[in-house]
Amino acid sequence: MSGFLSQFGEALPFFAQGVVITLELTILGAALSVVISFIFGLMALSQSVGVRFVSRVFVEFFRGTSLLVQMFWLFFALPLAGIQLVPVATGVIALGLNYGAYGSEVVRGGINAIPRAQWEATIALNMGRVQRMRRVILPQAVVGMIPPFGNWLIQLLKGTALVSLIGLADLTFETQAFRDATGNTVVAFTGALIIYFILAQIFAVLMSLLERRSKASIGQPMERRALGGLGWRLGGSEAA
Amino acid sequence: MVTEPTTNGNTTGKGQSAPDKMVRFDKVVKRFGDLVVLRELDFEVAPAEHVTLIGPSGSGKTTILRLLMTLEKINDGYIWVDGEPLWHMDQGGKLVPANEKYLRRMRPKMGMVFQQFNLFPNMKVLRNVTEAPIYSLGMSKDEAVQRGREILELVGLSDKVDSYPSQLSGGQQQRVAIARALAMNPKILLLDEVTSALDPELVAEVLNVLRDIAHTTEITILCVTHEMQFAKDISHRVMMFDHGQIVEYGPPEKIFSDPEHDRTKSFLRAVLEAR
Amino acid sequence: MIWDWNFALNEALPQMLGAFLKVTLLATILGSVVAMVLGLILALLRRSRIQLISRPTGWFIEFVRSTPLLVQLLFLFLVLPRVGITLPAFTIGIIGLGVHYATYTSEVYRAGIDGVPKGQWEAATALSLPPRRKWQDVILPQAIRNVLPALGNYVISMFKETPYLLAITVLDMVAIAKNIGSLNFKYLETFTIAGLIFLAASYPAAVLMRKLEIRLGH
Repeated sequence: MSGFLSQFGEALPFFAQGVVITLELTILGAALSVVISFIFGLMALSQSVGVRFVSRVFVEFFRGTSLLVQMFWLFFALPLAGIQLVPVATGVIALGLNYGAYGSEVVRGGINAIPRAQWEATIALNMGRVQRMRRVILPQAVVGMIPPFGNWLIQLLKGTALVSLIGLADLTFETQAFRDATGNTVVAFTGALIIYFILAQIFAVLMSLLERRSKASIGQPMERRALGGLGWRLGGSEAA
Repeated sequence: MVTEPTTNGNTTGKGQSAPDKMVRFDKVVKRFGDLVVLRELDFEVAPAEHVTLIGPSGSGKTTILRLLMTLEKINDGYIWVDGEPLWHMDQGGKLVPANEKYLRRMRPKMGMVFQQFNLFPNMKVLRNVTEAPIYSLGMSKDEAVQRGREILELVGLSDKVDSYPSQLSGGQQQRVAIARALAMNPKILLLDEVTSALDPELVAEVLNVLRDIAHTTEITILCVTHEMQFAKDISHRVMMFDHGQIVEYGPPEKIFSDPEHDRTKSFLRAVLEAR
Repeated sequence: MIWDWNFALNEALPQMLGAFLKVTLLATILGSVVAMVLGLILALLRRSRIQLISRPTGWFIEFVRSTPLLVQLLFLFLVLPRVGITLPAFTIGIIGLGVHYATYTSEVYRAGIDGVPKGQWEAATALSLPPRRKWQDVILPQAIRNVLPALGNYVISMFKETPYLLAITVLDMVAIAKNIGSLNFKYLETFTIAGLIFLAASYPAAVLMRKLEIRLGH
């Protein structure tokens, strides 16, 4: 055990370097995917058939073609068409487009979940479309979007591991580098899994804090529930 | 003083406004799919008149309010509000279907209170009341807040301005909804079964507020309710609906104590027994 | 135009389709079988009244769900031989996919079991059915029927993640696309074809699941 710990200590500099890149990709990828989610999610609710169609095609395309293929396409094929992206941009764009496609369904579902009566009240008060969306519908809808977005954030964090396959020095890449340098396979990959797990738990706790805050901001008290940690996404963690 | 209309039918020619009326339905048709909810309905409501619509569910009462609030689209006929067509606009002397811009100009004439309150859960009480005056009527924030506080005092909720709707009882929420509608300063107040979703002990506080408003303001009221005593207290006229048409109408004393039609009699008996 | 139709249709497509059928599709099918069976076992263990069983099962599920499939595959591929277990890369890939997705399907099963109306449990008890019959004849058939679309959606997700196996030397369709694309810089053709094949298979499947969802009344 002490052997494991001292070897883990040796691996730490590798892990630390990798975690920085992994976090960078997670945060930038999540930011881009949220923007894309809202653009295409709102387009899916447009009155125009054409706009809805464009949104549908985008969503189905990026959900249906596999993240790894998208990443390889951007990394290997796009330069042949004359467009060369820096590797980090390739990773962020692929993550953003792929998870943005899933996220746009979250946005669409969140808005659709707002009762018809709320829309009617905005008509009765003579609100315009922008005002209705911005001041009444979205503030309520966003609260419902946070838990599913939280799940997608964890998926995105896991998805960042793929960038190691296009040469970006993330946690997975550095793990392999450490293994190659020391031959210490067990420590390298056990350590990496534990670090990914901890990162996922941190994101889960942050999202549950965000959910609590956003519920409070619209006057909904949060039902008492253990914050974050094990079982956060599994619903009630006690066996029935 | 309120003028009793002599008939419920066409006192004015088809497709013409009635300047002295606040609301005029002219051969209004509303269908949901194959179901005809309103068939060539005619009636008028005078300014400051309070009209209660009664009748079995599905008779079209609520649809009338929803057409006036532009929550449902009209299929045929005309609705006139305050001397102007609601669902049509004048284009070179011809009435054409209204666009959204025209509807937005007409809507502030009406205010509606819903059965389920429909307050905005993401806004505190005061903001529920000031939101639309500020962003829909373009009122200054200070003015809207001052007016909002006044109206909330009128409905007895001065101490709740900083609460969220979820922290209020049903009766309090409905009083906020009344204040929210009044803050838009509408000429017509539409009340759609405003006590039906309330626990029995909370009904009185809401009705008392509405009685006050009915007796102290010049507002025109169209009310759908099953509270017959309340209808008696505030209405100048009661209209009995069945199958999208008016069965009979008259002053509440007459309709409630001496109705002419069997349909009205059996309906009133059923309502009284249910209580 | 840099797109080479002759290469795309006559060289890339046949080779890639071959790998698609022999590796990608086969891995999806076998991985799904593992995920379906193991997921049900995990779901039942998680419901166990014995906390010594239900708790660690919950931890295991949460841990596997929170960590990247790619790293899990590398872990299995590189660590198993060191503890004396030597398996072909493809088999390790099936295990990796199956275990990873079992942690998802276990939650689906759990939701399905929780969704069986209380009256059904009570009726089974009232008829004093033995536990095995209760589960096998009453609870599970209803639970699984209701969650079929959710299970199907995870099969589609797994299908799109089978290319991760290329990291452990399995020559799946995407690995082939990468290899033949590198020969003369024809990545545009190979990866475009790869994407379209994924789309052509997963889109109809997703539509089918949505239809099934509607039919089951979700």
